[in-house]
Amino acid sequence: MTDSSLVVDLAFWGCAVVAVVFGALVFVVDSMARATYALAVSFVATGGALLLMQQSYLGVIVVLMMVMEMAVMAVYMVMFMGMNPALMPMSMVHSHRTALGASLVTFVVLGSGAVLVPWPERRGAPSPDVTEALGRAIMESHMLVMMAVGPVMVATIVVGVALSTARTRYDRLGDDLDQTPTDPPLRGETQRGGRRRDR
Amino acid sequence: MTVETVLLVASALLSIGLYGALSQQVVVMVMMGLELMIAGVLLALGGLWWFLSPDPSGQVLLLVVLAAMTVEMATGFAIATLLHRRTGTDMTDMAAELHE
Repeated sequence: MTDSSLVVDLAFWGCAVVAVVFGALVFVVDSMARATYALAVSFVATGGALLLMQQSYLGVIVVLMMVMEMAVMAVYMVMFMGMNPALMPMSMVHSHRTALGASLVTFVVLGSGAVLVPWPERRGAPSPDVTEALGRAIMESHMLVMMAVGPVMVATIVVGVALSTARTRYDRLGDDLDQTPTDPPLRGETQRGGRRRDR
Repeated sequence: MTVETVLLVASALLSIGLYGALSQQVVVMVMMGLELMIAGVLLALGGLWWFLSPDPSGQVLLLVVLAAMTVEMATGFAIATLLHRRTGTDMTDMAAELHE
């Protein structure tokens, strides 16, 4: 059993300290770029901790996904905030004390639960190839989960495009795409449908 | 590495995320807080799976949490973009139309 070895323990504590410290740094550093990188490091450490628990597939997915997301976040900041984020000091918080109190209470409650609850012994043993077992589960006995997750992902793509697109062909040409385009649309006019011109 | 220590680290991550989600004003920073919270949930589920009952069903649950995280970040970015287009802002305090 690998989890009893000292190396795994040391690696876990390394990952844990990095995950928590960099997670806290996200809200301490005074620039959004640094916060983004701190969150990326925290997530890589979380993925590392998952890897130590033999979850190769999920751990690697967490690391890859978060590195990509942080890249998107950096692009987002440059695009919309119109600044070099690394040079912009930032302290934008509200209800600081309430938030701090709520988070401390949460930690005390959850942490004491984690330590005080008499956790049961492990039942069953992990399969020799955990990743293969997961693949078989989602393609056989738990296929419904994947069948549900797939449409949710597609819906997310549609939602993302619909929410973030400025003007679509329906804004310019009307619901039936048969109107003369107005460019730019009149201010205050309903975005959808545009202005019908005399023909 | 025991189930207690893993859960302790997970609750620390969740609490830090909760602080961020409650206290930050910039939408992207609120999302960062939410993501830290989900990271805590992921770690806690992973630990419970490994130490209590390592059969594949638990991993499927972890996969669902990962999917929820993806949906959260994609929709969050889209709403932040919409907010920026409509009001030219990226702060939660200036997006209180439904509150008024």
